Amino acid sequence: MGPTVATEFTPWLSLFGGALIGLSAVMVMGVFGKIAGITGITKGLTGLAPRVGGPGDRDWRLAFLLGLIAAPVAVLLATGSFPQQTVPDNLPGMVLAGLLVGAGTALGSGCTSGHGVCGLARLSPRSLVAVVTFLAAAVVTTTVVRHAF
Amino acid sequence: MRPALGFIAGLIFGIGLIVSGMADPAKVLNFLDIFGAWDPSLAFVMGGATLTALAGYRLVWRQGSPAVGARFDLPDNTAIDAPLITGATIFGIGWGLGGFCPGPAWTALALGSPGTLLFLPAMVIGILLGGAAKSFPIFTTKGA
Repeated sequence: MGPTVATEFTPWLSLFGGALIGLSAVMVMGVFGKIAGITGITKGLTGLAPRVGGPGDRDWRLAFLLGLIAAPVAVLLATGSFPQQTVPDNLPGMVLAGLLVGAGTALGSGCTSGHGVCGLARLSPRSLVAVVTFLAAAVVTTTVVRHAF
Repeated sequence: MRPALGFIAGLIFGIGLIVSGMADPAKVLNFLDIFGAWDPSLAFVMGGATLTALAGYRLVWRQGSPAVGARFDLPDNTAIDAPLITGATIFGIGWGLGGFCPGPAWTALALGSPGTLLFLPAMVIGILLGGAAKSFPIFTTKGA
């Protein structure tokens, strides 16, 4: 999926950024009473999710996604430059990755945020099993792609 | 009011993803590459996020009901079943290939990398396919 790019170990920034993610999850629970799962929020907009909260659910989900999309612009305004990132340049590979991520999170009812952050914070055994499973599958996949060929 | 609060929550989430490094697929893939260019940073992201939510959830649950919602809407499905395991495995394979999970993929949209612009629509199609697959007979038998 492209050359390996070295990255720096950033424990404090990562811990702080993680705390912001947790704060957002707490806000979504405290304000809307919902799990801040990005898969669920995206799915809710495609019209597949059960409409437990009525049409009012759609507005905050759409606004949440717009906030996510606006985040790099906020970083640009605050720091003067867009955040650095390196996206794999194997384009057919990225289409396949997107299909797998979408299908897997929809079938498994959650991703890194819903099962990861929110599920673990609820001490849900179901979410813990999901997290261990997707982490193991991801480690095996990255290891095979980078080292087996 | 609801859209404004939703936007702020999404913005904080996205800034958290960027500040923590999780929005950069290179950093995610290096986290997953335990036997190679290992960068353990993402363990700190998950740790910081989970511990904050663990404490914060308990504070807001004490309020009895959410600020603008009717009630706390928590998942009641506790089954460790075939859709969960199959879905998590498929998701993990995709995550290990591209280095994107759903949140960071949205956050990367405005940066306009070709890989992101292909990943996102594929992910939305995948969500529709995965949702449909939930009703396949192999996934509808209980207690697998």
